[in-house]
Amino acid sequence: MNGAHDLGGMHGFGPINPEADEPVFHHEWERRILALTLASGAMGRWNIDKSRYARENQLPAQYLANSYYQTWLVGLEKLLLEAGLISAEELASGQSTEALSEDLAGKVLKAEMVAGALSRGDRFRMDDDVAAKFTVGERVQVLNNHPTHHTRAPRYVRGHCGVVAQDHGVFVFADANAQGKKVPQRIYSVCFTAQDLWGPDAVAKDCVYVDLWDGHLEAAAV
Amino acid sequence: MSEGHDHSHLSDTELRVRSLESLLVEKGIVDPAALDTLVQTYEEKIGPQNGAHVVARAWTEPDFKDWLLRDASAAISEMGYHGRQGEHMNVVENTPQVHNLVVCTLCSCYPWPVLGLPPTWYKSAPYRSRAVIDPRGVLREFGTELSSDVAVRVWDSTAELRYLVLPEQPQGCEGMNRQELAALVTRNAMIGVEKVSPPSQRGVV
Repeated sequence: MNGAHDLGGMHGFGPINPEADEPVFHHEWERRILALTLASGAMGRWNIDKSRYARENQLPAQYLANSYYQTWLVGLEKLLLEAGLISAEELASGQSTEALSEDLAGKVLKAEMVAGALSRGDRFRMDDDVAAKFTVGERVQVLNNHPTHHTRAPRYVRGHCGVVAQDHGVFVFADANAQGKKVPQRIYSVCFTAQDLWGPDAVAKDCVYVDLWDGHLEAAAV
Repeated sequence: MSEGHDHSHLSDTELRVRSLESLLVEKGIVDPAALDTLVQTYEEKIGPQNGAHVVARAWTEPDFKDWLLRDASAAISEMGYHGRQGEHMNVVENTPQVHNLVVCTLCSCYPWPVLGLPPTWYKSAPYRSRAVIDPRGVLREFGTELSSDVAVRVWDSTAELRYLVLPEQPQGCEGMNRQELAALVTRNAMIGVEKVSPPSQRGVV
């Protein structure tokens, strides 16, 4: 979706202002929403791409006004509702009206499981044998698509040509994964020159590398 | 979280999070002890000191550095750093000719096992918007001035590959051991917004 999250190349946000000696969290509620998000995710009712979509799919003004962890809160509420883990009434009241099914109760992340779950992580690579559509050194063009669903092809590279710098192998295609479909595709690191992206005022030797899937690319017209 | 407590000083966000936590605990979707363990892990155990050890080892062991640049996931995992948000690692090396900078323009992708949770500025609109279109301006804001013969490579983490910058070892580190070298390596240098500063006189053996 062409949302407010797709920030690459925008102007007007002002200085970065990094905070010296920044703490990991600034408020207690930030600790809680991080932990609630990771723990709820362990139930396996959504994947990382669905959760990204839940966060980015907000009114642009709201997305930009929210702090980072406020957007995590918005995302988690949506995911829990969509997965049917909680009802709108329960969310509004903060009170449970229906107990969790036994099946789901067996999936709850317990304290003693945390270290193992974090160190295992997820697996995004897929074992499927998908032939490479592009080779390293080949010039490719990013499709000028504007899907209304989740996509990991940022707007600032769409329609632009770049060169395949690396073939990373076969991974789950994020754009389809956000819609609940596991599609194996290759990911390529594509190198765009700064001048191809931003025009002649950019520094000629600078470039931007973007990881893109087969579904984002076509061979560039010679 | 005691009930009947005066919540009037709390923001809407705090109230929403409290209410959601109490609902999820009551329904049994989350285990309160697991929540505390998750927070403690990212606040106390997993942080940029992990990445600093990877960098210091690469500086002192050429074979490890070769492995790290060839197969970062395996090399970093061998040091015990792996898992969530670091499943598929790539390490990019700074040289006198090339300076690397990592961003996630679409959200906040960041290599958690080696750097911990990202700082606020990394997730903010100013950094995400400018890193790709004005990387040299961003670097200047962090006090990093590059000469015009250095090429800047920006890595936008749009997939499940996570990037760690291998900074250049500064001058004046002769005789320092791995532990001392690791203490020089900052989080910002491993994101690529800064270089590693030479050791102070005190740090030189």
